[in-house]
Amino acid sequence: MQDFGTVTSALLALSLVAGAVAISRYQRLDLERDIAVAVVRSFVQLAAVGYVIDIIVGLENLLYVVLLLAGMVAFASWTSAGRGEGVLRAFPVSAIAIGVAAASTLGILLALQIIPPTAQYLIPLGGMVVGNSMNAASLTLARIRDDVKARRLEIEASLALGATSRQAISPVLKAALQNAMTPLIDATKTTGIIFLPGAMAGMIIGGADPLEAVRLQIVVLYMLLGSVSVAAILVGLLSYRSFFTPRHQLRIASPES
Amino acid sequence: MGPVKVRISDVCYAVEGVEILKGVSATVGEGEVFSIVGPSGAGKSTLLRTINRLVEPTSGEIFLDGAPTGEMNPLELRRRVGMVFQLPALFGETVADAVLYGLRLMNRSADTGPLLESVGLDAALAGRNPQSLSVGQQQRVAIARSLALEPEVLLMDEPTSALDLAARQRIEDLIGDLSTRLNLTIVLVSHVLDQVERIANRVLLLLEGRSEGAWSKEEFFSDKTGERARRFIAGEL
Repeated sequence: MQDFGTVTSALLALSLVAGAVAISRYQRLDLERDIAVAVVRSFVQLAAVGYVIDIIVGLENLLYVVLLLAGMVAFASWTSAGRGEGVLRAFPVSAIAIGVAAASTLGILLALQIIPPTAQYLIPLGGMVVGNSMNAASLTLARIRDDVKARRLEIEASLALGATSRQAISPVLKAALQNAMTPLIDATKTTGIIFLPGAMAGMIIGGADPLEAVRLQIVVLYMLLGSVSVAAILVGLLSYRSFFTPRHQLRIASPES
Repeated sequence: MGPVKVRISDVCYAVEGVEILKGVSATVGEGEVFSIVGPSGAGKSTLLRTINRLVEPTSGEIFLDGAPTGEMNPLELRRRVGMVFQLPALFGETVADAVLYGLRLMNRSADTGPLLESVGLDAALAGRNPQSLSVGQQQRVAIARSLALEPEVLLMDEPTSALDLAARQRIEDLIGDLSTRLNLTIVLVSHVLDQVERIANRVLLLLEGRSEGAWSKEEFFSDKTGERARRFIAGEL
């Protein structure tokens, strides 16, 4: 972070953003403000986290790593719950889903000794797991909420034939999980052909052995697939009940209201 | 009116502070076509849904054969009290899948031929994709799907509102036929008064969540029902 060259290159990269702003103005896309906020926030957040990681790596105490990851999970859950506005208990549902997804995938990587238990590995990989789980949780929550409204008739028709809440919502859950997982599955299928993932690109640019970069990238991809699946499925299973009463009735009021 | 099949006793329903049903009572006789009418927003569909407990009354009770439905397993209740909606909402790749949906939830099955024929459809349609049928035919499939569970009562929520006139009349004929042939008790929500006049035995008028009373069809369409019912029939409410 202290390297003057790095700051200069970041500022030079900003000229590309200026191009984006110019296009936005020219085409009246009204994105200038959003772009400006994104640029400033990302700069401040990344700079801050860079110092935090630098400090935590220096402390050599895993407790601080765990605390940082817990903070990430809390912030991700808050963001995801915001996307799922209108769903009862959206925050605890997201927190359990993202927390379990992160803990289980990182736990497996550690238990199988695929990565060493150091801040240098845990923080960046944890960040990726939490970020991707958060996206999956948000997509799942929002989709279930919207579909329960849009497909009310189908759900009621199913309940009226003696289906349980779980049976009646199963097509909605299926669509929501597919919607949340398809982007990552497609990215995993096409990886290496269409694009080189960020972590691997970064390692190769940084001068690492391409084969070592590939090994880590494969670990990352499988880890993300696993954690995104866990997060989406948990969100689905934990949230669907909130749309029903224990007597298998949709909570959305009545047709007259 | 025959023996009482369904008794609705002082049913209220409120949601988010809005009272939709304000103490409705009524009795439905076995084997009759009982019609619930009223202006839109009167609470007809909500009242219908309290009978199979898709909507839980805030207070009051509904009795089926004298037993309180609030104490029954709702899944078993809904197999005894079937329901047909405004739109068919069929599930599955084939008409047979759609008809057998409710049975398969219980890991049971049946021969689809007689079920399709009982609603006036050709048994050969079983292998077709339901979406390739007309809406009128799909609505018949939805009725066959309810009949597959051998219900004692069939709730129908504006079952012909999405249909053209010819299809509507065929469904009306079918409703009359099911009631006499199977001695099925039918509770029909409808806003089409000539439909009610054609097929209902008795009529309940609901205004703003309250029952104005229930009459035989003949009484209802005569002038003996009082001011409010007369104004409703005249289209003034």
